Amino acid sequence: MKPFTKILAGILLASGAALALLSGCSKAKATGIAPKQMADALHAVLESDRTVYTKMVVNRLQNEEKVIKASEHWKDDKALPLPAQMFRMGAEMVQAKNAGFTYSLLSMWPVNKQNVPKTDAEKAGLEFVAQNEGTENYYAEEVLGGKKYFTAVYADTAVAAACVKCHNEHKDTPRTDFKLGDVMGGVVIRIPVE
Amino acid sequence: MKRRRWLPLTLFGAMFWCVGGLLAFLMRSEEYRHVFLPGATTHGHYQIEMRCDECHTPMMGVKNDACNRCHEQELAAANDTHPLKKFRDPRNADLLENIDALQCATCHREHRPHLTHPMGVTQPPDYCNHCHTSIAEERPSHIGLPFSSCATAGCHNYHDNTALYEDFILKHADQPMVLQRPVRRSLEARAQPPSRSTADARDLPSGVTADQQLIYDWEQSAHARADVGCVDCHQLGKLKAGWVAKPSLESCSRCHDSEAEGFLDSRHGMRMAAGLGPMTPALARLPMRDTAADLTMDCNACHGAHRYDTKAAAAAACRNCHDDEHTRNYDASIHASLWRAEAIGAGEPGTGVSCAACHLPREVHRVEGQDEVRVQHNQNANLRPNEKMLRSVCMDCHGYGFALDALADPALIRTNFRGRPARHLDSIQMVIDRAEAHRKTPDPTPDKP
Repeated sequence: MKPFTKILAGILLASGAALALLSGCSKAKATGIAPKQMADALHAVLESDRTVYTKMVVNRLQNEEKVIKASEHWKDDKALPLPAQMFRMGAEMVQAKNAGFTYSLLSMWPVNKQNVPKTDAEKAGLEFVAQNEGTENYYAEEVLGGKKYFTAVYADTAVAAACVKCHNEHKDTPRTDFKLGDVMGGVVIRIPVE
Repeated sequence: MKRRRWLPLTLFGAMFWCVGGLLAFLMRSEEYRHVFLPGATTHGHYQIEMRCDECHTPMMGVKNDACNRCHEQELAAANDTHPLKKFRDPRNADLLENIDALQCATCHREHRPHLTHPMGVTQPPDYCNHCHTSIAEERPSHIGLPFSSCATAGCHNYHDNTALYEDFILKHADQPMVLQRPVRRSLEARAQPPSRSTADARDLPSGVTADQQLIYDWEQSAHARADVGCVDCHQLGKLKAGWVAKPSLESCSRCHDSEAEGFLDSRHGMRMAAGLGPMTPALARLPMRDTAADLTMDCNACHGAHRYDTKAAAAAACRNCHDDEHTRNYDASIHASLWRAEAIGAGEPGTGVSCAACHLPREVHRVEGQDEVRVQHNQNANLRPNEKMLRSVCMDCHGYGFALDALADPALIRTNFRGRPARHLDSIQMVIDRAEAHRKTPDPTPDKP
């Protein structure tokens, strides 16, 4: 074998090894945490924090201890933000950080009409979790704005009397017969996938 | 023959370097840089248009944080109803295809004077139509209303709706024309006098002398009453070497930090903040008095050195430069008569209405659980009555309904509010009607927890 051929063979071999290594890396990346597992974990945190805030802060201080009110206009009224507002403020803060996922709180009976399900996955997901009374979650993939997303929908249930009271009495509510434990809407988590 | 072949290339190279050199010279020259302006800048930005890099990248793209660096704080304070982050949710992707709400420049394009509406908006006035197409289905009261009327006085703003949401309107709907309470908040001394090694506030370093008139003026000032003396403003370094004959903003900001910050954000100070020379009336687009053309905008331009008369700064100082219709009509206004009455002791303290009462108002800030009154020195926060001043200014003295009607009357604004509003807005009644209809609906939860 001529020296030039040897060098060429060496380069080809090295390139092949590098490609194999890179392909291994991409496989390792692909075998990372699955979108469903990630979404479930995120939801566990979101749901727990929200339940704690609703029960231990809003319901306790407003309805039981009666020391401070929660108000939609919490800043002007020097009151506590409503649990849904606390949740949305967190969602917007995450969006501002471009954290690699987004979440939102939607409902088929929203107080703010901007929060009605819009995409096919949102519509199907919210109906699914309501029909199953929150016993099962809904998972789908959808393309929005040219990007593919793994979309998970989780039931959002009335965990405290404050939820039911506020939603049933609000002048913009399209539904006035919510009861404790009812599915009032859904949490939608989206994770971009390749 | 060989040399001739190189000739065009050499000429091209020479021309390239000549043109490049000329462009580089023009770009670096403050005097000639304006030749690169693709169109007149808006009223909000023309003062700093020669600092292209304030907004642009080196290749003349728009910097990502160009808008936020100056406007983020005021948008947060206004509880912005359409923050950019809201549109980052992929569920809004379809709306972004209609209008790219992720970019401030979608609605606020610079250098497009022929497209620019009030507030620097370059979208057609019916821009709400892009997302709120079904509003008439949700609110029957809105049937037939054109989308171009959404953002007019008394209904909605894109960013600041702190005075336009339903419950706020309802809460203030039955207020009288004039509220029964003083106008201006009392301004208690906030700044902490600096610690000084010299015993007497009048002490001067050896070799420095002071005019007796200046000393007299200072003796009339709040500085003298607070024991803030000569060296506290004039002495930046130790002994005579650090003596500054004409203290700048740097001296004032050592005690008046929030006022200095507001000034640098304002129309008076934004050139200084951008590293350009101070603003002068000669550089202004608004009508100004010729006699004040070369006055440099710094603290002393309005407050006057040594005497620091806040009453003069609140009205007379403004009219020293400004010469537009609204300013010229101030003297004949009820606001001015109240200001004069207070000045001669005929009016209750705080009932006079100066220029500053509206455009540089005294604001309450909550600091560590205590209310702190500060003068907002960024008058840009209170220049646009309809978009920014209803809640922060007008409602200090006037009932909501009257203020809303007054702001909807452009002629009344020009005459400095001489007379009554020419029209009455429907928006308050729309809110009352909706609340009344809701009140009549049966209680859905009789067994309230």
